[in-house]
Amino acid sequence: MGYDTINAGHAAEAPAVAVSELSKRYGRLLAVDRVTFQVQHGEIFGLLGPNGAGKTTIIRVLTGLSRPSAGQVRVFAHDMERNPKEAKKLFGLVPEITNLYDELSALENVLFMAQLFGVPPQERLDRAHQLLDLFGLGSKSRVRLSHFSRGMKRAVAIAAAVVHRPRLLFLDEPTAGLDVVHARTLRRLVRRLNQEGVTVFLTTHYLEEADQLCDRIALLVKGRIVALDTPEALKDRASKGGVAVEVAFEPMLDQCAVGLGRRTGIRRVTARGDRLRVEGDKVSEVVAAIVAYAAESGTEITHIATVRPTLEEAFVQLTGLSSEVMKTEKGGS
Amino acid sequence: MRDELRIIYYIIRKDMRAYYLKPPAISWGILFPAAMSLSFYLRNPAGFGELAPGLLALTVLFSTTAMEAVVINFELRVGSLERLLLAPATFGSVLLGKLLGASLFGFIITALVATAVLPTCLDRGFDVVALLFIVITSLITFSSLGALISVAVKEVFEAQTLGNFLRFPMMFLCGVFIPIQTLPPGLRHLAYALPLTYTVDGFRQALGGTGNLSLVGDVLILTGFACVFVVPAVALLRRRFA
Ligand SMILES: Nc1ncnc2c1ncn2[C@@H]1O[C@H](COP(=O)(O)OP(=O)(O)OP(=O)(O)O)[C@@H](O)[C@H]1O
Ligand SMILES: [Mg+2]
Repeated sequence: MGYDTINAGHAAEAPAVAVSELSKRYGRLLAVDRVTFQVQHGEIFGLLGPNGAGKTTIIRVLTGLSRPSAGQVRVFAHDMERNPKEAKKLFGLVPEITNLYDELSALENVLFMAQLFGVPPQERLDRAHQLLDLFGLGSKSRVRLSHFSRGMKRAVAIAAAVVHRPRLLFLDEPTAGLDVVHARTLRRLVRRLNQEGVTVFLTTHYLEEADQLCDRIALLVKGRIVALDTPEALKDRASKGGVAVEVAFEPMLDQCAVGLGRRTGIRRVTARGDRLRVEGDKVSEVVAAIVAYAAESGTEITHIATVRPTLEEAFVQLTGLSSEVMKTEKGGS
Repeated sequence: MRDELRIIYYIIRKDMRAYYLKPPAISWGILFPAAMSLSFYLRNPAGFGELAPGLLALTVLFSTTAMEAVVINFELRVGSLERLLLAPATFGSVLLGKLLGASLFGFIITALVATAVLPTCLDRGFDVVALLFIVITSLITFSSLGALISVAVKEVFEAQTLGNFLRFPMMFLCGVFIPIQTLPPGLRHLAYALPLTYTVDGFRQALGGTGNLSLVGDVLILTGFACVFVVPAVALLRRRFA
């Protein structure tokens, strides 16, 4: 598709999204509580949080569909309160609940967005066809949308959101309610758009999805950002600067854990199925302790590997929530 | 400005394509005024000329307000109105697109009813320019009223119900069937506070009859009503997305 590098002197250097001290109140509920973050050009930024955390609320404020109660939102340096029009030309939104026109065909839906955003008339049809082909909907482009499945509608929604070649794409829970195959296709598509230069802002409550897709993740709980970093850094933070090594002995005896735990350089030993997870400060120290223990106790090491905490473990540590809260599904879209 | 005009134009086109044949638009916007006209014609073909201005006014009233409920409330419910708000235009432009779309629908329906009705009152002669003036201002005014009703509620049926609370009293008070002069004074004053009165009055003059006000007066007052409806409608729409 080829995204033109676009104009706008100072806007080019400003972050794609800059949010400072944003709060949103619904009556007595503080849905978003003094949130501050920036999204840099070219990154895939994920807002990860359980149901009701405030993800959709933040996206709505960022896209001008809702107004902040306090704080400031800039999209490509344009203040969303004062100058939303210029900002709106630069982004696209795939909403949480698909809101396309059931009365129109897939092609008409995509064309309509091209018309609204002023895509040159001679390019509209080509671009719409190209996108629908890309999403595997070429043969169905003239079918009314009411006949489409949820996954197909989501694909049309993405086509409609990028037909004006936005520099920034907001996706609110793009894979929620999709089956594994459609979800995978969709993630591939998001990566591809990103490779073509589109900055991506997405929300999700799937930990693996955030881990695989995002360059940086903000953990959102009850309207507040409790951590914001790369997935790797979040995992490192969860391991509190230490390391973990997974080991299996033959024979594996109960006293293995106790014996290892007493050695210097070892912080903690926990059983993980038929293996032990040994935590310490440095990999070399932990491995040395394991090898020494094996030699002294006359047991054989059958497996040894360093392990990193998963994002799920990081999430549990950083939020103090059970990872179960992220697994509750909502009614579909 | 160019953005706004383009967006208004494509909203109108899309609404025509997507909604002109929706059931609520057909029942209240087409069938109701057509059935009213037909039944009054069948009852008394000779005296029909007297009722023609009122029936045309009713057609304008019902077709525009019914269509406004469809183009706004369908989209409020499905959330597709948000697509329009993502476009680089103001709330006012989006509402103007909705309003002109309903006016165009009203124009088509009114033109159809008029081609059926006008031959019956040819003997009185009519003024095409005056007719166009009164039709167009009335279409805009009642589309604005419809828009105000529609943004105040969420569902299509709520808009039609709330609409009927206003439409039916206007039908009986504004000189459609009963001349305003024959109303008791209290009701007569109420009639002058309702926009349909001026549409009926304007139609009467355009169709070779005599009115209570000058045609220009009717048009100006209707324009005033349009402003009174549009301003709060935009404000209410904006508040929905506050
Ligand atoms: N229009 C509204 N009026 C009142 N309360 C609202 C409104 N929109 C959202 N809320 C409340 O704000 C909070 C945050 O909601 P939001 O939809 O942003 O959460 P979310 O993180 O997107 O959740 P989900 O994963 O379920 O989509 C919730 O408690 C919700 O009930
Ligand atoms: Mg949400």
